[in-house]
Amino acid sequence: MMKPSRSPLESVRHTFRAVVCTVVPDARELEPQAWAELEAVVARTLRDRPRPLQRRLRLFLRTIESLPRLRYGRPFSALGAQERERFLAGLQEHRSRLIRVGFWGLRTLAYLGYYGRPAAARSIGYRPDPRGWEAIR
Amino acid sequence: MTEHDYDIAIIGSGAGGGTMAQELAPLCKEGVRIVVLEKGPRLRDDEFSGREIEMAQALYEEGGGFLTADGSMTLAMGCGYGGSTIVYTGTSLIAPRRVIERWNVPGLDYREIERRSRKFMEENNVHYLDDELINENNRLFVQGCARLGYRAQQFPVNVNGCQGSSLCNLGCPNRAKQGTDRVQLPRAESAGVEVVTRCEVLRVEGRRLVARVSGKTADAKGEPSAWEPGDYRIRAKVVVCCAGAVNTPALLLRSRVPARLPRLGHGFTCHPALILVAEHERPITNFVGHPKSYYLDQFVESDGFVLETCMYFPFTTSKSLSGFGEPHAALMRAFPRLQMILVLACDRIDPRNRVTIDRRGRPVVRYRFTPEVKRALAAGTRASARIFFAAGARRVHIPAAANPTIEANASDRLDTDLDPDLFRPGSVTVSAAHLQGGCGMGLTAQDSVTDSYGRVHGVPWLFVADASLFPDALEINPYLTIMALADRVAQRIRQEARELLS
Repeated sequence: MMKPSRSPLESVRHTFRAVVCTVVPDARELEPQAWAELEAVVARTLRDRPRPLQRRLRLFLRTIESLPRLRYGRPFSALGAQERERFLAGLQEHRSRLIRVGFWGLRTLAYLGYYGRPAAARSIGYRPDPRGWEAIR
Repeated sequence: MTEHDYDIAIIGSGAGGGTMAQELAPLCKEGVRIVVLEKGPRLRDDEFSGREIEMAQALYEEGGGFLTADGSMTLAMGCGYGGSTIVYTGTSLIAPRRVIERWNVPGLDYREIERRSRKFMEENNVHYLDDELINENNRLFVQGCARLGYRAQQFPVNVNGCQGSSLCNLGCPNRAKQGTDRVQLPRAESAGVEVVTRCEVLRVEGRRLVARVSGKTADAKGEPSAWEPGDYRIRAKVVVCCAGAVNTPALLLRSRVPARLPRLGHGFTCHPALILVAEHERPITNFVGHPKSYYLDQFVESDGFVLETCMYFPFTTSKSLSGFGEPHAALMRAFPRLQMILVLACDRIDPRNRVTIDRRGRPVVRYRFTPEVKRALAAGTRASARIFFAAGARRVHIPAAANPTIEANASDRLDTDLDPDLFRPGSVTVSAAHLQGGCGMGLTAQDSVTDSYGRVHGVPWLFVADASLFPDALEINPYLTIMALADRVAQRIRQEARELLS
C-alpha cells in the first residue's frame, strides 16, 4: 500500500476530501483506511503527470476553498452539503472554459479515487470474474 | 551511452509494429538483425487482474488519461508488448471501399487492403461469436434496433477461446484475444527478432536512434527490460516508426529528419466518442460476455456517426455520466441494470486538429470539435436513446442534455433538449481510441508525409507503418487496416532489402 503522506494533495487534502464527499456523497461513510486507498489511487495518477498540472490542481483547490467566503462568509470545507453542491454546480456550468475544464478534471479525480477502489466497484454491484460465463452458470 | 547495431529498428509493437516484426522476420535467416523497441512493459499472463485502475496504469499511456491540449477529450493509447492490441476489444472489420476510394492515395487500391486484411483475419482467428456467448447488453441493442427498423450488425472478433470475462479493454485475463502480443510478436521472436520493452525512443538522428530504457519500479507490473536501465544509441539501416498516431508524429517532430515535411502532425482524426447509459427495470448481463458484439453504421454517410455496443468499468462509467452528487451516485448504484452504447463521430481532417510537441518534445494533441462532429454526436445520441427506449429502458442518461435524465414517457424531449452546442469542453466527457493521421500517405511532401508504402518523402530509409498513415478518418475500428498497411510496407522493405541494407 502506498503511503498517503507522499500525495501531491498533501497541502490541500482537507478541501479535496470535502470536494470528493460532495461529488460522491457515499464517500462520507469512508473509513480512514478507505480514504488512504482513495488518495493513493489519485496520488499515483498525479505522480506521473507534469509538475505544472499538479500545481494548477492545488491552486484550483485553494481557490475552491477560499472563494465561498465572498458569498457565504465561510470556506468551502465549512459549508453545508447543499451549499457545497450549489457552489460546485456553478463551477460545472461556468461560462469560462478554463473553470469548467478545471472542475471536470477535479471531478474525474474524485471518481477515479472513489470508484477506482475494488470495494466501491463491488458496492455498486460490479462483480466481473475472469472466468466469465463459467462463473455465473 | 551504450551503443547497439541493427539492420532494422521497429519502434512500437502494436498492430503496426507487431505486423512489421512478423513480416520482416524471414530476413533474420539471411543474417539481418531486427529489433523492436517498445516503450511499455511486457506483462506476465498472471498479471492481467482485470482491476480497472491497476490495469489502466499498467497498459495505457498516462494510465488512460492522456488529454488533448484544451483538456476536452481523453485519448486512449495502449502502451506495452502488443501496443493497443492488448486493450482493444478485437473487433475486426475491413476498411469500407468508399473510405479507401475517398483517401485517393495514388497506388493504394481497395482490393489490396481487402486481401491483406483477410490474411490477418485468418491468422488471428477472426469469427462471429456463437449466439449463446452474447450477453443481454448486446441483445438489447439488437432488439432495440430491430424494433426501429435499424440494421444492427455483428462484429467479427479475433478471439480464441473467449470466456466472456468482459475485461477486453483491460487486457484479456484468459489469453483469448489474438492481438500482436499473442500472435505476431511471438512468431517474430521465434524467428530471431529481438523485442526490447520499457525502451522509449527519444529521437531519430539520421540513422541512429537515441533511446532510454526505464527500470521497473517496485509497484509496477511487467518484466524488466532485456536491457539495463539507461540511455542508448541504436544504429539501424532502416527505421520503421509504428508508435501510433500521436507518438509517431511527435517522435519525427522532435527528430532531425533530413527532409522538409510541412504536413507532419497534420490530418489528425480520432472518432470522438460518447459513452451513453440507460437504466432497465431489472438486472441484465452486462459485465459478463464480450462487451462489443454489435454495431450500427447505416447513418455514417448521412449523419456521420456509428454506434457500437460497449460495457465499461466503474470509474470510466462514472466520469462519462454528467453531473455529480446523489443523482449520479444513484445511477452508479444501478450498475447491474445498465445498458451502454458508444457513439462515434466520424470526424474529417481539419487544419486546426493536429499533433505538435511542447518544449520538452512531449506530444501535444490540438483538437477542437467541428460543428459537423457536434452534430454527429447529437444525432448519434438521439439514435442511441431511441434504441435504449425501444429495448425497454426505463430512463436514459444524456450527458449533453440540459436535464440529463430522460424518462421513457418523456422521450419527445430528445428532439428539443439536445443542442449540439452543449458539446463544449468541460461539460461532456468525450474520449477517443481510434487515433489516426499525422503522417498521412500521398504523392508529395506538399500534400503528405509518406508515399503509399509508408516511406517518408525524401528519406529512403525511414518508414511509417501505423495508423498515422491514414490520410483521413477510417470510420471503423482501425487495427485490421493498420495491419494491412504494415504488411504492405514490410513487403516493400523485403523487396528492397538488398539495396536498403547494403
